Formats: sequence, C-alpha cells, structure tokens
Amino acid sequence: MAKGIRDKIAIVGMGCSKFGERWNDNAEDLMREAFTEALGDAGIEKDRIDAAWFATAIEEQHTGKSGIPLAVALRLPLIPVTRVENFCASGSEAFRGAAYAVASGACDIALALGVEKLKDTGYGGLPQRSRGSVNDLYWANFSAPGAFAQLASAYRARHKIPREDLKRAMAHVSVKSHANGAKNPKAHLRNRIDEDRVLNAPMVAEPLGLFDCCGVSDGAACAIVTTPEIARSMGKSRPITVKALQLAVSNGAEAQHNSWDGSHLMTTRKASERAYEEAGIRDPRQALDLLEVHDCFSITELVTMEDLHISPEGGAVKDVMDGFFDADGALPCQIDGGLKCFGHPIGASGLRMLYEIYLQMTERAGERQRQKEPALGLTHNLGGFPHQNVCSIVIVGQSGA
Amino acid sequence: MTRNALATDAAVGIHAFGGYIPKRRLQKKIVAKAHAWFNPALAAHAKGERAIADWDEDAITMAVEAARDCLGGDWSSSLLPPRTAAESEGEDAQNTIAHAILASTTFPFQDRQNAGVVAEALRLGRRISTLDIGGSQRAGTSALITAFEIAAGGRNAPLLVSGSEKRRTRAASPLEFTSGDAAAALLVAPGEGVARLLAHATCAVDFVDHYRGPDAPFDYVWEERWIRDEGLMKIVPETIADVLSKAGLEARAIDHFCLPSALRGAGAGIVKATGLPAESLCDNLQGVCGEAGAAHPLVMLSHILESTPPERTILVVGFGQGCDAILLRTTSALAGEDGKRPGPRLGIGGHLKRRFEDTNYQRYLGTNDLLQMEQGLRSEVDRQTGLTTLYRNREMIHGLVGGRCTRCGTRQFPKSGICVNPNCHADDTQVDHSFSETPASMRSYTADRLTWSMAPPAYYGMVQFEGGGQAMIDFADIEPGGDSAPELEPGAPMRMVFRIKDLDPRRGFRRYFWKAAPAGTDTIEGSASDNGEAPSQTQGGVKSDG
Repeated sequence: MAKGIRDKIAIVGMGCSKFGERWNDNAEDLMREAFTEALGDAGIEKDRIDAAWFATAIEEQHTGKSGIPLAVALRLPLIPVTRVENFCASGSEAFRGAAYAVASGACDIALALGVEKLKDTGYGGLPQRSRGSVNDLYWANFSAPGAFAQLASAYRARHKIPREDLKRAMAHVSVKSHANGAKNPKAHLRNRIDEDRVLNAPMVAEPLGLFDCCGVSDGAACAIVTTPEIARSMGKSRPITVKALQLAVSNGAEAQHNSWDGSHLMTTRKASERAYEEAGIRDPRQALDLLEVHDCFSITELVTMEDLHISPEGGAVKDVMDGFFDADGALPCQIDGGLKCFGHPIGASGLRMLYEIYLQMTERAGERQRQKEPALGLTHNLGGFPHQNVCSIVIVGQSGA
Repeated sequence: MTRNALATDAAVGIHAFGGYIPKRRLQKKIVAKAHAWFNPALAAHAKGERAIADWDEDAITMAVEAARDCLGGDWSSSLLPPRTAAESEGEDAQNTIAHAILASTTFPFQDRQNAGVVAEALRLGRRISTLDIGGSQRAGTSALITAFEIAAGGRNAPLLVSGSEKRRTRAASPLEFTSGDAAAALLVAPGEGVARLLAHATCAVDFVDHYRGPDAPFDYVWEERWIRDEGLMKIVPETIADVLSKAGLEARAIDHFCLPSALRGAGAGIVKATGLPAESLCDNLQGVCGEAGAAHPLVMLSHILESTPPERTILVVGFGQGCDAILLRTTSALAGEDGKRPGPRLGIGGHLKRRFEDTNYQRYLGTNDLLQMEQGLRSEVDRQTGLTTLYRNREMIHGLVGGRCTRCGTRQFPKSGICVNPNCHADDTQVDHSFSETPASMRSYTADRLTWSMAPPAYYGMVQFEGGGQAMIDFADIEPGGDSAPELEPGAPMRMVFRIKDLDPRRGFRRYFWKAAPAGTDTIEGSASDNGEAPSQTQGGVKSDG
C-alpha cells in the first residue's frame, strides 16, 4: 500500500505575478515576474533547478505547445522541461510533477510554473473554441458558466432550496471574495461589492450573474520544491511541507449514468477523501485552517464546501450565510480573493492558491494575514465541467502539522 | 395533359398521415406595424399569425418531425410494426418502408440527398429508396402522385411521402405575411388505407408566376391579379375537370377541396367556375399557419383527414407551372375500431394548438439573416465538420443511437467500448439503442448568454431518459418570457426533436443532431396510444403523449 507524499516535499520558494489585464506583457514576461520572486524567495541560483514542469491550458492563445516556452523565457540550462495540461488543474498538475520528481529522488530541486495569457482574444470570458471533432457533433453548446450553472438547478432540486435562498448564498460567496480581493495588491479585481449589486447584475448563464463569475486574467505563478532535508540545509528551519497530492478524473459516469444527479462533484468527493487519508486528517472541518478552492463560479464554491466534506450535504448555504468561510470566520475560504477576484489565469491558478497559503503560513500575507498562523491549508482545482472534470487537491502545512 | 385511370382491383391509398408546424407563431400585426412607414398597404395582411421555424429548423428537420408524427400515431393498419417490436427484433422490422420521398423547394442541400438525411434520422435502414422532388410549388402533390404510382406498380411495401417548406422571404414582401413554415407526411401503400386514391391528373404549363434562380435568396414575383385570373382560374379548373372525368364524378360530389393558395378570391373563383360545392373549400390555414409552399397541399390534406368521416371525397390540388389534382375517398378505416378514431401523434390540428405567440419580429429578422446582427468575435470559431467523422458516427448523430449493455442492461449515450455503469464496466457488450423516441426528464438547465448562439440565450441541460441514460444536450422550443420559465424546472418532461446543431456559413454546411424540447404541452393534444413510441414509455413517469 502506497504511503503517499506526506512530509516528503518542502516548498522553498514561491512567486506570483500580478494578475489582471496585462495588456503590455507577453506570457514570457509574466513567467519571469513570478520566477524572479520565487528564486529570490528560495535564495538559490537557477542552475540549482534540476527539472521543471510547465502548465498552460489554452496554449494556442499565447505560448504555443511544449516545454520550450518556459525554457526560453527563463533561459534554463538545457534541463528537462515538461509541459502539462489538465484544464484548470494544470497548475496543480505541474506542482504534482515537480513534487513527485523530487520525492522519487530523480531531482533535488524542481520548479513548477503555470501561466496563462487570456486577454488576447478580443473579448471577455474564456475563448470560444472547438471541443474536438466528434464532441462538436453532439455536445451541448455550453460555455463554462453555463456548464457550472447546471449545478444550481440540480442542487436546488436535490435539497429543495428556494431559488432566492440559493441565489443569496451565492451572492454572499462573491461579496466575501471581493472584500478579500480588495486587500490583495496582486489581485485582478479589488473593488468591494454588496449583495444587491450581485443580485441585480446582468445574467450570464441563469442563475449566474456577472458577479457570480470569476475574472479571466493574465498571470503566472510558480513554486520551487525540494526535500525537507535540503530545505533545512538552505536555511529554511521550518519549511512548509506537502501533506497530500490527489487527483480524480471523471470517467464519463456523470455525463452518461443516472447515478449522478448533477448537484455535486463526484471527483471532488473522491479526491478529497483520498487527500485526507494521505494527510492523516480525520475531521477536515476542524483540522484545516485555510481553503483555496476553485471558485470559478459562486455556485461551484458553495457545493465544493460539501464535496470537501467541510459542510454537511445540503448545509453549505447555512455555513456560507453564517460567515463560516469569511476572512474572519472559522475556516476562511479564498482569503486572497480567489479565482473570483485574484483572477483566473488557468495554468497559474493552482499555484496561485498555494502561493497564498504559503504566504499565510510564513506570515507574509500583509493586510490579509490571519491572526493565528495557519497550520494546514488545502487547495482545490476543478478543470472542465461538473459533468466531466479533473479535480486536484493539494494539502500543505507546517512541518509538524 | 396526362390521364392515369386506376383499375379498381389495384387500390392504393393513404394509410397514415401526420404533420408538423413549428411552435413559434409570428404575429402579423407586429410585422405590418414595423413596415407601416414603408408600405402601409401591407396592413391588409396584418391579421392572424404565421408559423415560423426557429433558426435550427429547416425542410429536413420539419420533415423528420412530420414523419414521426405520422409513424408515431395510432393506426389500426398493420403496415408498420410498432417501434417496440422494431427495437427488440433488430434492424429488419424497421425496413418496412421501402421509399422515402421528400418534396420541397427549400432543400437545405442542392447536392446531398435531403430525403436521405430524413431516412437516417427516422432509422429506416439502408435498404430503402430515397428521392427528393423539388423545383416547383407543385412538388408536394407530384411526390404524392409518384408514390401512388409506385404503390400501384405492385410492390407491397409502403412509401413515406413528406412535404416540407421553410421559405425565405424578403422583409416587407406580401410573401413574408402569407408564407408559413410547415411539413406533412403521408404513408402510401397498396390497399385502401384510410383514404383511397380515386384518380389523379396533371396539367403541365410553364406559367411563371414567380421564380428563384441560382443563388437567388428570394422569389421574384409577378402581379397577383394576373396570377389569379390567368393562372389559377384557368389552369386549375381544367385539371379538376380532367380528374373528375377520370373518376367519373360530378363536381358536386366533392366534400373537401384543398387549394393551397393564399391569393384572395382564388378559391371562391375556382369553386364557382368548376361547380364544386361552396362549402367544400377547405381552410387554407392562412390566419394560423401561412402557406407552406410545396408542402401546403399535403398539410391541408393531412389536416382534413384528421376530422373528416369515412366515405367523403377529397380533392387536393397543387399549383405551379401547371397543376396536379388528386381525388381521394376516405374509408371506413377512418372510423377506427371500438369507436376509437385512428390518427397521428398530434397531427396538424394538434400542432396548431401547440403554439406560442412570438411578437419579436427583430428576432425573426436576425435568425433568418434578414438583418445583419453583430454576432461578435465568439461567432468566428470554425465550425467545419469532418465528413469522415460524421460518416463514422452518423447513426449516433442522426439516429441518436447509443448503447445498451447486454450484461447489465444499462442504457447510455453515446455507445462506448466499455459499459459506463460503474458496477459493470464490461468490455464489448454494447448493442445499438436509439433514444430518439424515449421520453426524458430534465435534471438541470441553464439559459446561457455567453456562449455564441444564433438565438441567445442558448438553453441546454442534463436530461435523463426513461429507462436509463442521460446526456447534456441542447434544448429547443423554449418559450420567450424569461430565463426561468416554469417549463424549465428539474423534472420537467422533455421530448427529443431533430434539429440543426450547427451552421457552417463559411462552407454552406449544416450539421444535424437531436435536442430536448419541453414535452409538457404535448400531453394536451396527444393521441390515446403509445404505439410507435419506445418501450419504456409505458413504464410510467414521463409521458410525452397519451
């Protein structure tokens, strides 16, 4: 029986570019911005890096394929660079590759970097594109918000929640993230909003209005990982270590089999159960101190609270309205603004989430810093659509946690 | 002038009939008001409504729906095995229909057989002859005559004759008001059926009242008075006299006269000139549907067959570069058994009642490309169809054929090498299973204003098929009036309909697929039987008719 990755990997350096509409920067500029910060944070020269994993999802809009764009942008010394793509979990996938490489002993120090340059399409939102020649023949004409909006009607039906109550809880999710984003100098959206503004916003995909949807941003984020021993030799006396790395990928059951009613994410439930097992967490609601989840849409964050086994099934609306996940709540979720306000450059997002937890755990989160130093934090990505997706879970924590 | 008298021992007839009228009805007063500044005379056409196909409907999709309406009806005829038998016995049972003929002047494809697409959507099998008949407003009646002649030729297999029309009309033209989109389908076979052919006659005259040349988007139309007085009033009576003489009938013997013309006074004039009873003139559906071109005589005939008693004589005329005249006599089969009258699933009458008013003339203009709308950069995505891809998957795409696992019985769409059931996952156990006639219910939905669509918002969601299987699929026929209409609640009954999936304007191609439409309103008009529907329909829960 595999014992997992717990405490085998330490994060020694992280970097994150400012997210937003970076009209005057190429993807390569964003990569360098994040990497320079991480290298300085780690306190090493780049020739110490043995291998790199490079994440982008919609590469045809910016860098093109392969690991070459990263190697060229950073002038890496002919080391192995692997490009990964797993929808919105791409950044976490790069982190997983780098962590596994170090854990295997194949490398001492590895880099995971994700980037997305989405603001060159000429319009807002994610690019409209082909889904593959066979899929295009029969897939519904869905956008990302439309696919995730399905969660709302199915969740309402499953838990018999009035439309208005769910819409109000969804609004609270977004109001909270805007309040958090306002305190984050690197966030794309830094304006505070109120519930009325969310409820009265133009509809994007019923019932998701404009403020139920995350921003589409340009940005990059990266992590440098090594073993805890090497980390200590680098002067990191209390390195942040990886407790769990899990991925669950749909096999078509949700899309085709009646066992799924559309109200939850099968993959998130499975991946989180495996992650808690790997990290030795019995009661995640008590054990976890910070959450950074894939709040691509307000409804996604809401149902994810249940799928992560934090809120009871059907109980997320109450927890959300109680402020349980607010910045000053028991278990803050998206304390950096989340995808909603920090922004969502797809390939970078998983690493951006880790970046915030890393800052909080090393007491460098500025205005957003939690009073009590967080011991365990969880990141969650959801790539694709509720009925067919990739879910990643990463749990990191203080050395002893 | 052709003369085709039929020997009485070679009786042929119509054995089943059906039709289709799009749910959306454009209110003509709105159109007249929009054009009042330009041509106030159009106010003369401002009464009533016309049926308008949505952007995802064309002559092919409407023909498919008309044929489903016909074949899915409640027929005492043993010509067609119920679909239930067809499903269990495999392909052979569906091969009962030997010919599929489609008449239209608005075929979506110039060189790709349109009737062939209809036959694939209906899963009629490949041992079938398919034929497009077009080129004239008379195409519908000519197709029916052709079918009668083939049936009289001795082969016992039934023929499916459909007429379907979606005419594109210029804004502020009279045709914009008088046209309607509709289709009808008739099953013709040896034997009397519900209406026996008495005689038919044709007169060919190159009378050009209007025409549409190559690449011309619209008809070029000559003066109405001339069309009526020199065309209809002279050519139609001549042909009627001929067909009556062949049948040995007097004009006064006619009970129903179907004249598919929107020209005012034409019907009354012909009735007077020929001696037909004044009351025989049938409603041309001008106020509720509009004239559906080549399909219209078949639409009117199908409509009459829904209500007329046995032993009534029907005269159907098709006019265009001459005239077709068809004489039919209804039979006792129309009375049905046990007092239950046989009929189509909804029929023209049922479809006329299944409607919603559309007062959004701008939408009509936009979706018919009569007004250049800013489609936005999202519309620029390439919608090329790989012809290899389509051919390889054509049963899945055109017939909504998925799979059924022979080990665990799980139904799924699409079919796959490994069963989707998490408790089975058996290899190579799937047999074909079509979902097109299976009732479904909605599990989730949205109205999407971000994704590019010809007619935003794009409605779609997860539907669950009765008996198993589910799919995220586009919706059709959602009524206007908000993105959260009551018909869009999880659990709502849905019915699959054959529609255009995507248009590829760059290459002039269009691909077809099935969509889910609210089935709720159909229950009002449904016929009493489930004959012809999927086996699972009788298992309770969602019912699309009955």
